[in-house]
Amino acid sequence: MNSLISTALSGVVLMFVGLFVSNRQRIKYFAIALVLVAFVANLLELSTLQGGSQTLFGMLEVSKFGLLFNAVMLGATLLYFLLCGSEFEKVGEHVADYFALIFFILSGIMLASGFSSLLMLFLAIEIISIPQYILAGADKKNLKSNEASLKYFLMGSFSTGILLMGIALIYGASGTFNINELALGTGELHPLTIGGIMLLIFALAFKVSAVPFHFWTPDVYDGSPTVFTAFMATVVKAGGFIAFLRLFHVSFTGGAISQHWLLVLAIIAAATLVLGNLTAVFQQSVKRMLAYSSIAQAGFMLLAVIALNETATQGIILYAAAYSVATIGMFGVLMKVKDYTFEGFNGLARKQPLLALAATIFLFSLAGIPLTAGFFAKYFVLSAVVQQGNLLWLVILAVICAAISVYYYFRVIMAMYFKAGEPEVGVITPAFRTVLIIAIIIVIVLGVYPGVLLQWA
Amino acid sequence: MLTVLLILIPLVTGLLTFGLKGSGPKVLGLISSLASLAVVLGALFQFRAAPDTLHFAVNWIPQLGSQFNVGLDGMGVMLCLLTAIAFLLVFITIFNRTYENQSSFYGLMLLSQAGLVGVFTAYDALLFYVFWELALIPVYFLCSMWGGEKRVPVTFKFFVYTFAGSLLMLVGIIYLYLQSPDRSFSYATFTSLNLPVKEQSWLFWLLFVAFAIKMPIFPFHTWQPDTYEQSPTPVTMILSGVMVKMGLFGVIRWLLPVLPQGAFMWADVVMVLSVIGIIYASCIAIVQTDFKRLIAYSSIAHIGLMCAAIFANNEQSLQGIQVQMFNHGINIIGLWIVVEIIQSRLNVKNMDELGGIAQVAPRLSIFLVIISLANIALPLTNGFVGEFLMFSGLFQYNMWLMGVAGLGIILAAVYTLNMLQKVIFGESNALTATTTDLQNSEVLALSLIVVVILALGVYPKPMLDLVSSTTELVNKVF
Repeated sequence: MNSLISTALSGVVLMFVGLFVSNRQRIKYFAIALVLVAFVANLLELSTLQGGSQTLFGMLEVSKFGLLFNAVMLGATLLYFLLCGSEFEKVGEHVADYFALIFFILSGIMLASGFSSLLMLFLAIEIISIPQYILAGADKKNLKSNEASLKYFLMGSFSTGILLMGIALIYGASGTFNINELALGTGELHPLTIGGIMLLIFALAFKVSAVPFHFWTPDVYDGSPTVFTAFMATVVKAGGFIAFLRLFHVSFTGGAISQHWLLVLAIIAAATLVLGNLTAVFQQSVKRMLAYSSIAQAGFMLLAVIALNETATQGIILYAAAYSVATIGMFGVLMKVKDYTFEGFNGLARKQPLLALAATIFLFSLAGIPLTAGFFAKYFVLSAVVQQGNLLWLVILAVICAAISVYYYFRVIMAMYFKAGEPEVGVITPAFRTVLIIAIIIVIVLGVYPGVLLQWA
Repeated sequence: MLTVLLILIPLVTGLLTFGLKGSGPKVLGLISSLASLAVVLGALFQFRAAPDTLHFAVNWIPQLGSQFNVGLDGMGVMLCLLTAIAFLLVFITIFNRTYENQSSFYGLMLLSQAGLVGVFTAYDALLFYVFWELALIPVYFLCSMWGGEKRVPVTFKFFVYTFAGSLLMLVGIIYLYLQSPDRSFSYATFTSLNLPVKEQSWLFWLLFVAFAIKMPIFPFHTWQPDTYEQSPTPVTMILSGVMVKMGLFGVIRWLLPVLPQGAFMWADVVMVLSVIGIIYASCIAIVQTDFKRLIAYSSIAHIGLMCAAIFANNEQSLQGIQVQMFNHGINIIGLWIVVEIIQSRLNVKNMDELGGIAQVAPRLSIFLVIISLANIALPLTNGFVGEFLMFSGLFQYNMWLMGVAGLGIILAAVYTLNMLQKVIFGESNALTATTTDLQNSEVLALSLIVVVILALGVYPKPMLDLVSSTTELVNKVF
């Protein structure tokens, strides 16, 4: 609750700050301070929370799990501001507005991790989406950025419509918006319910860019200013997953109901894994590769939704943390390199050893190599699906896809370490260095001792 | 505690090495490998006095029930000894060479040593998996940075192959873990699972593919000759001397006791594959002109025999394979040292361009002859003991299979002697006449090897005693 209030307020405050403060550096520091406040407030609430959870007006549920997820998201955003904050001013004039929009997205995510009414779900998804349409088009003079924004807006609006339709059908069948009281599995299943669940799956699959609802992703990620792509591909995507997971784990389980959607979602996950990974292999630009890799990683996170057990919920937290830190870090490195093609990374290890080392560790984590955070993230979701029992084929497929992903992640490593070249690299400040080292430490600590995070869950 | 120390020494020195300059890395590498050897010897004595005192366990990830559980049995001590000796030999041999970016080279070498020792000591399946990968990553960088011309694609192939294999193993481990009543990864839990035969039969392949790729046995071997050829020779020594033993070790430690019925079901298939591998690799070795590729194929043949011997699953073959793991490691490192010496002086790998080295470098030639004879398992060399035991074990399992595998010995004699003839005998040419004989550090490394070859050839009992406890254990479960 603390974090929801503080992020929403921060957004409003920052919009006004933009009017009075013209020094962009100062705005950045102010934003960092605000996100830090939200982070600390959230941690305080997490450590003082009495009992398992508490419900507010039947609309929101404050639970340990939700708070932990919020902490991960706020931590990732903090890292994002520290690493990429100075890139904001290169996008356009309205720096304070960009920061404000990011805070609005965050407040949407805080809603998504705690909604207990379908109306709140709708509100959360919309609050997350609308600022993104604006951010995608933030580079107003760039045609590609405009295209990205328009495309995202049109497609996003459709999916929102579908989401609303799904919610309406579910309401029609059960007569309540409260996800705890839906109790769909107990009695005879109404045809409207199945229709509603399918529409909800499609709408949420669109938001987390799962195949075949992913077509907007590469264009939007590629067209948007890189600094915002970094945020959309990480924190926002994880936010979509938490809504997905929460809805399906709370409302659509128990009794026979999960049989009606499990296979559909399993096929979506399989398609996402295969297509995401195979397409990423053929990319020539690291930025586009990361866009497809984010689709591929979404396939892994979908496994957690399918698995429906305790391991899966732990897994999604770890996955969100591992994936966000590594991808934000990777984008941080990417933005320092002038040329986004694979050739642009040639010889980076010689010129900037720290940058190359950091990128290597982030890529290891994304590929799921042991002793990095990504390994345990993958371990947990795979383990959760094996535990589920009937979907071993999906696990084997996921594992093969993980092996394929090594190909495109290691292409960057090969370019940095084993090829000669003179990459153009932007200025690297000591502060940037420090943050990069902190990110490396987080990835390795989570990889050696994931209990640091899991003990809270 | 000695076991933990064994992992920590190379890990810590390896990390330190990255920060050193000049000849610092070399010296630290040497000191670290000597210290490792001393600790292994300490562990060896402790093992003989009180075998159960070498275990160490603390909670690692309590949420999963995974422990940092390490320990040593007879086979573990033997393989750690091999690892320690191998790294010492490598560091001695290359002491007078300088590598570009030396600190990274030595650092990565030591890190891979830590990974290897971890694999051989892990008694927790998740920990085993982590070390299994950890041993691979430094080797990937070593081969890609200091290797031959085609190093990058070749090493990448190697990496993807092994990574794909180990991911399948991970799925197998997860499945086994979820079947365990107390949700633990420990060796004790895994070996007492007693799964139904049907599950064992498909789980077997999930685990075995990872091991088969690492060994490698036919048809999973295609990464190996290229990688051996393209890697810098010190790394090849580690790869072929120690790292391939990870696969064999994995089968003995984690496959046979955990999935005994699965292993029994598929034993025939695996043995036929292994025997095909022996004959196929030997035939290719005969026609090789490249020195490094010849040894690479010879290694596939030897490993094929060892893999067949494991699945013959009787006491003699298991004894034989364990002894042979050590001996093959020593012998093949010896061969690679010779290759490294010749290559660093003459810069050729093609055996047709060599010849007549015996006249200009007699000491080198004597060493090469002894090591080659051990490689073809002549009596009184260490190779003989292991191969004899393995063949007699195979004979008990299936006479015909043993007969075909036995052809491998003859073929090994053909290509090894052929190699000797081409390299050291005959007329010297303009190039080989310039060869200088061995330097002191090289003499030291090669003499150590020859001492081990002869000592274990004449009196193999200590080694057989050391591994007999593991043999009994595996036999009992089987």
